[in-house]
Amino acid sequence: MDIRKELEKRILVIDGAMGTMIQRHKLQEADYRGERFKDWHSDVKGNNDLLSITQPQIITGIHKQYLNAGADIIETNTFSSTSIAQADYEMQSLAYELNVASAQCARKAIEEYNAENPSTQSTKFVAGAIGPLNKTLSLSPDVNNPGYRAVTFDEVVAAYYEQIKGLVDGGVDVLLIETIFDTLNAKAAIFAVKKYFADQQKPELPIMISGTITDASGRTLSGQTLEAFYISVMHAKPLSIGLNCALGAHEMRPHIEELSQIASCYVSAYPNAGLPNAMGEYDERPEDTGHYLEEWAEEGWVNIVGGCCGTTPDHIKHIAEHVRKIQPRELPVVEATF
Amino acid sequence: MNSIKPYSRFSGLEPLVVRPETNFLNVGERTNVTGSKKFARLIKENKYEEALSIARQQVENGAQVIDVNMDDALLDGVQAMTTFINLLQSEPDIAKIPVMIDSSKFEIIEAGLKCVQGKCIVNSISMKEGVDKFIEQARICRMYGAAVVVMAFDEVGQADTKQRKVEICHRAYKILTEQVGFDAQDIIFDPNIFALATGMEEHNNYGVDFIEATREIKQLMPLTKISGGVSNLSFSFRGNDHVREAMHSVFLYYAIKEGMDMGIVNAGQLVVYDEIEPQLRELCEDVILNRNNDNNEATDKLIAFAETVKAKGKAEVKDEAWRNASVEERLKHALVNGITEYIDVDTEEARLQYNRPLEVIEGPLMAGMSVVGDLFGAGKMFLPQVVKSARVMKKSVAWLTPFIEAEKQEASNAPTILLATVKGDVHDIGKNIVGVVLGCNGYNIIDLGVMVPTDKILDVAQKENVDIIGLSGLITPSLDEMVHVAHEMKRRGMKQPLLIGGATTSRMHTAVKITPQYDDGVIHVLDASRSVTVAGSLLSKEQKPAFLQGIKGEYDKLRDDFNNKKVVKQFLSLEDAQANKTKIDWKNFTAVTPTFTGVKQFDNYDLNELRNYIDWKPFFIAWELHGNFPAILTDAVVGTEATKLYNDANAMLDKIIAEKWLTAKGTVGFWPANSDGKDSVEVRSTNDKVRLEFLRQQIKKAEGQPNISLADFIQPANDSQPSATDYLGAFSVTIHGIEEHIKRFEAAHDDYSKITLQALADRFAEAFAECLHERTRKEFWGYAKDEVLTNEDLIKEQYMGIRPAPGYPACPDHTEKYKLFSLLGGEEATGIHLTESLAMFPASSVCGWYFAHPDSKYFGVGKISNDQLEDYTKRKGMSLEEVTRWLRPILE
Repeated sequence: MDIRKELEKRILVIDGAMGTMIQRHKLQEADYRGERFKDWHSDVKGNNDLLSITQPQIITGIHKQYLNAGADIIETNTFSSTSIAQADYEMQSLAYELNVASAQCARKAIEEYNAENPSTQSTKFVAGAIGPLNKTLSLSPDVNNPGYRAVTFDEVVAAYYEQIKGLVDGGVDVLLIETIFDTLNAKAAIFAVKKYFADQQKPELPIMISGTITDASGRTLSGQTLEAFYISVMHAKPLSIGLNCALGAHEMRPHIEELSQIASCYVSAYPNAGLPNAMGEYDERPEDTGHYLEEWAEEGWVNIVGGCCGTTPDHIKHIAEHVRKIQPRELPVVEATF
Repeated sequence: MNSIKPYSRFSGLEPLVVRPETNFLNVGERTNVTGSKKFARLIKENKYEEALSIARQQVENGAQVIDVNMDDALLDGVQAMTTFINLLQSEPDIAKIPVMIDSSKFEIIEAGLKCVQGKCIVNSISMKEGVDKFIEQARICRMYGAAVVVMAFDEVGQADTKQRKVEICHRAYKILTEQVGFDAQDIIFDPNIFALATGMEEHNNYGVDFIEATREIKQLMPLTKISGGVSNLSFSFRGNDHVREAMHSVFLYYAIKEGMDMGIVNAGQLVVYDEIEPQLRELCEDVILNRNNDNNEATDKLIAFAETVKAKGKAEVKDEAWRNASVEERLKHALVNGITEYIDVDTEEARLQYNRPLEVIEGPLMAGMSVVGDLFGAGKMFLPQVVKSARVMKKSVAWLTPFIEAEKQEASNAPTILLATVKGDVHDIGKNIVGVVLGCNGYNIIDLGVMVPTDKILDVAQKENVDIIGLSGLITPSLDEMVHVAHEMKRRGMKQPLLIGGATTSRMHTAVKITPQYDDGVIHVLDASRSVTVAGSLLSKEQKPAFLQGIKGEYDKLRDDFNNKKVVKQFLSLEDAQANKTKIDWKNFTAVTPTFTGVKQFDNYDLNELRNYIDWKPFFIAWELHGNFPAILTDAVVGTEATKLYNDANAMLDKIIAEKWLTAKGTVGFWPANSDGKDSVEVRSTNDKVRLEFLRQQIKKAEGQPNISLADFIQPANDSQPSATDYLGAFSVTIHGIEEHIKRFEAAHDDYSKITLQALADRFAEAFAECLHERTRKEFWGYAKDEVLTNEDLIKEQYMGIRPAPGYPACPDHTEKYKLFSLLGGEEATGIHLTESLAMFPASSVCGWYFAHPDSKYFGVGKISNDQLEDYTKRKGMSLEEVTRWLRPILE
């Protein structure tokens, strides 16, 4: 089962929001703690990644809803499963275990799905989600001291290294470095991937890279233009480059168009369900998201599409239906001379 | 399908893509503790904020990459590198360009790499400590995504001969690409620049070795880049910057020619090759190229020369020296050199010194501009420089204007010249240049802009009592409009002289058609530089009568010649001309079917792609710099200015593209079509049949030469072969979005940028037309799929098939544009508005028909006689009067 072969044939659909779906369960502090952490010394409500250990049936259930909606790639529940991000809950020591558990939840969902749908076997993939961290390498948290950094490159590499080890041991198919708002954090993640597989002397898993353009300036939060961002991560030789989060499909469109022109690898796009309304909620209708992404597919811009914040299995269902029959973007020819 | 070129790509906050036309990348060298004493001191004293200003200065001076080096025995290099780069990354105006992390210690390099989000260049790694270490360091660089500078250095030592340089680089190349996984374009070789003129004869060939190694490395490994530390070269002349700068320029001149791509140089201190005094240049060339250098002869001569030149001090000191002069001298210096930096301060100082603000204009400013005018007239300054001077002048005047108005004084009573592009025409680059040049020479300019109706021109001229009227136009219908203006001037009894200029105008047309309409002086002005002397003569009471008399005599003679020549022309009857049409063997012809019929629309074409299609020659012509590109860049007379202009234009292009100033919109369409065997072509679109009417050459040709019409290139509908369908295509391209930026430049009194932008927008439109035509041949229509042509070939029109535009020599009737645009989907699809004279708006637009037949070629219809005019009128279904008006330029 090789994701590259599938990408040659069709547009793959990646799943939607995990957080939005967890919210629907209206879980309380006790639900988050479960039996194992009932005496934990700090509050853990809101630590969604922890649910892979304490409520694995919920996480597996959400994955299955997305698989049933037509997702080809499901993302592990590991957005914050690094020792650095888990420090908020003083759960640094659990980072490795969280990644293994989350990868297993996703694997289990696919096994169950395949058993229930014997005719459509073996074309579903688990992407190990590697989030951006709550500390950033290019920006100072102290306005009076622009040279200050809250974390070092080596610390970030170490945290990602541990996460990658957990994801690989848990059985993911690809690694997805996503929601990148500081390219230097992403470069540390890439560094960790290269180092991990070199240390293990194993062939590298494919890397998907997905950045975040934060606003109308068309730049990342750390100030790079889209092309500069892509050039900065090209050395990863990624399977795909793309954008997710922060913008709805409408705002993301010109950037995906640009990326499709300059990228020598596959292109992915999973926007939010529009921009948040006055209540802070995402209310773009599934059919609208579906229409947007269909148009991108028709333009020949994308290979992997799906949703980010606010998107639901219903959104993914519409997206999958809209792009099913459309040819994927062809990989450009990289010429040998000027 | 998309394709991606294997360019070297680096990034800061913004991308840096090294394209073949990038020429030379300046790597800023001042943030280097080993090279800049000031920087070293600031770092040692922990004055990082101040050290940042050195970095910023370099970016402002045009560095495209910034080199950072902290190798000093007294510094903690890792800590200094980390601190400085973290600060650097917090300054968007510096962090926008890529960083070159420069150290001989790998741990310092790694410390730097850990702080930069963009794609860096590591300077440098080598095989000095063996292959294993080299591979290990290269692997680590790759994990950080950095490109590497590889020094030509191995276990044996630094490569000094050409052969060793090439061998080591090639060996490193094979290791990096085959074992480490480097892309060739991420490898930059530094084949070692060593000091010359050291007195040791074995050093004398170092320059030649580098230059020749560069050539061979580029041949062997064409995607790699070549860099070098240029200042090493002149190490023997420490303290003598005059000689050092000359050596650097001469060296780069030869090394870049052979493929050197980048260098660590102080861009602000490089003299222009052509400006080096010939004796010094010659001596530098002898030393660098190791000529006439037996027994160190050339070396000794250069050393002797160096001793005669007192070290003239650094450029910065020279820069500041003029600040000590009187305010008048300073204003003059600023005007001549185009420096705006101090103009507000100096103008204010002058204002306080003089009794009235107006006197500042009439005194020192005009004196400065007259120096500019003299230098320009003598060919010692070029137009781009003059426009920069004008910018200084405008800024100074802008400073004074509020004071002048406060005084409620009448503004300068300098003569006033009114300029306008006539009704129906939207082109104004040339007119703007004339305006600037005349403005520089002290005239008040009233510029009415484009598409100005006759009445408005003349009303303003009379109300403002202007001294001269200047008309401009680019398309042929404008010629008639100018005739009309002259006619009206006479009717109104006006007395001002009338100047005629613009690309379609000519002395002949002015003499034959316009002069007879108006008796008080009509003068054709060839270019902007001529306009000054003409205006001067016309406004001098003493000179005017003789000048006008001279022009009149000249034009009378032209008119006589013209009228006499007319008789010589012999015409065929239309019938005979049609019988002598282009012979094409249609029986054995099968038209290639386009990949689609109907219209394809491009709403936002990639400007980066179009950039590669730009034909620069017309750009230089717009600036009145004549010559072929790229030879003009090294031209003995205008090369320096052409190069500056070219660099400025490219910097603006970078901005236009990065900041998306302009949008390229285009359409391409193909339809089944057949000719009627004569001069008409029927085009069948889905909902309509459109009959295109063409004109035919009617002048009697030499034996065997056809009388061509464009209709000849389309297969005739033939009753015996009903299936013989041929095709015709059409296209339009236009560049949107210029207005906002023009306004911005106007507000900043920056005509230089304004005119550059207008000229670039025109180039983009032409490039877009070229690009779509190529894609049409290879892809959309696909009748020449295997074509391989360089941009130069394209410019020389060496492709198969043609793209003539209505209104141009092969199909001179502008009104056929209506049909073209209606086929392409009108204004909505094309984004182009047609004026009443059928000029296209926006001005940067191109359209045309596509003919694919291999025998089709560009030609001019030339003059036609009355029988064709009548036949054409019938075919067009228009009145004879109207057709006559549109075809006037080709009627006898």
